[in-house]
Amino acid sequence: MQGGANRSESLGAGIVLAAGEAPVFGPGDRVRILTRSPVGHYRVPTYLRGKTGVVEAAIEPAGVDNEEEAYGRNAGMKRHYYRIAVPMTEIWPDYAGSHRDGLHIEIFETWLERI
Amino acid sequence: MPQLPDAHDHGHDHPHAEISQTGRPSYYEIMETAVRELLIEKRLIGPEEIRRQIEVLDSRTPALGAKVVARAWVDPEFRARLLADGRGACEELGISFYDDTGLIVLENTDKVHNLIVCTLCSCYPRPVLGLPPDWYKLKPYRARAVSEPRAVLAEFGTIIPDDVEIRVSDSTAMVRFLVLPKRPEGTEDFSEEQLADLVTRDAMIGVAPVSIETGRTSR
Repeated sequence: MQGGANRSESLGAGIVLAAGEAPVFGPGDRVRILTRSPVGHYRVPTYLRGKTGVVEAAIEPAGVDNEEEAYGRNAGMKRHYYRIAVPMTEIWPDYAGSHRDGLHIEIFETWLERI
Repeated sequence: MPQLPDAHDHGHDHPHAEISQTGRPSYYEIMETAVRELLIEKRLIGPEEIRRQIEVLDSRTPALGAKVVARAWVDPEFRARLLADGRGACEELGISFYDDTGLIVLENTDKVHNLIVCTLCSCYPRPVLGLPPDWYKLKPYRARAVSEPRAVLAEFGTIIPDDVEIRVSDSTAMVRFLVLPKRPEGTEDFSEEQLADLVTRDAMIGVAPVSIETGRTSR
């Protein structure tokens, strides 16, 4: 979604990407937001931990992981992150409103597992 | 009421309250002062840089976002670029992203209504809208926007039909959101400048529609 996604010509037919270069998840993948409580700075709201959703898009380019950045450890810490769609009814069982209503949020790859 | 001296002559006769800060500074105010003074003392930043950053912030107002929205309404190719890469399209118009955040622009349609919030703090598309309103930073809005958005919207006078999907975008780390509101009907003959005058801050947060009646300024 953010720049860099469209390259004019690909020469990459034989190119092998290193682990972590390409996003692990793609649009439509079903994922669970992990229930973790690490010590330090992280930006996954508590109300979404353990909830399941769908990947809308990998947000490009990858970003510095702020869990590491908070400790000044930036080098090599770029991680993919995604826009995730979670139904309101998944978060709030007694949600009053359309079942189509949803919560959308960006989440780093380290907080997602495939389901 | 105490007698005021004659020299105090600007059309009213009540005593002025002293303009001063009452009460002790809070924990975080003290921390901010201490860190700021330390940074200056160590010559990592100077007072000039702090003053300049305040000028940067003051130069950003909802009028900037309104111009972006109006351009998107009149220029379909710009609109496509804005929705594909919000930051890049704003940079085309000379809007810099001094905080190095990304920008995703969310389009309201007849089927989808977008609302933005930051439950963790007060993330906000400051490069294009300036400082957020106080209510955006307070816990009632932050908690309720993600749990009962329709009730929150109704309190802003915005009733969203049940067959319209509500998408609440919670801003966290890298990306900020800006709502591209629906262009109101009856504005087919409006110039880009007239359209921009209709676009309010609240419409770009997603709590209100843009309408001809409730524009920011009169035409």
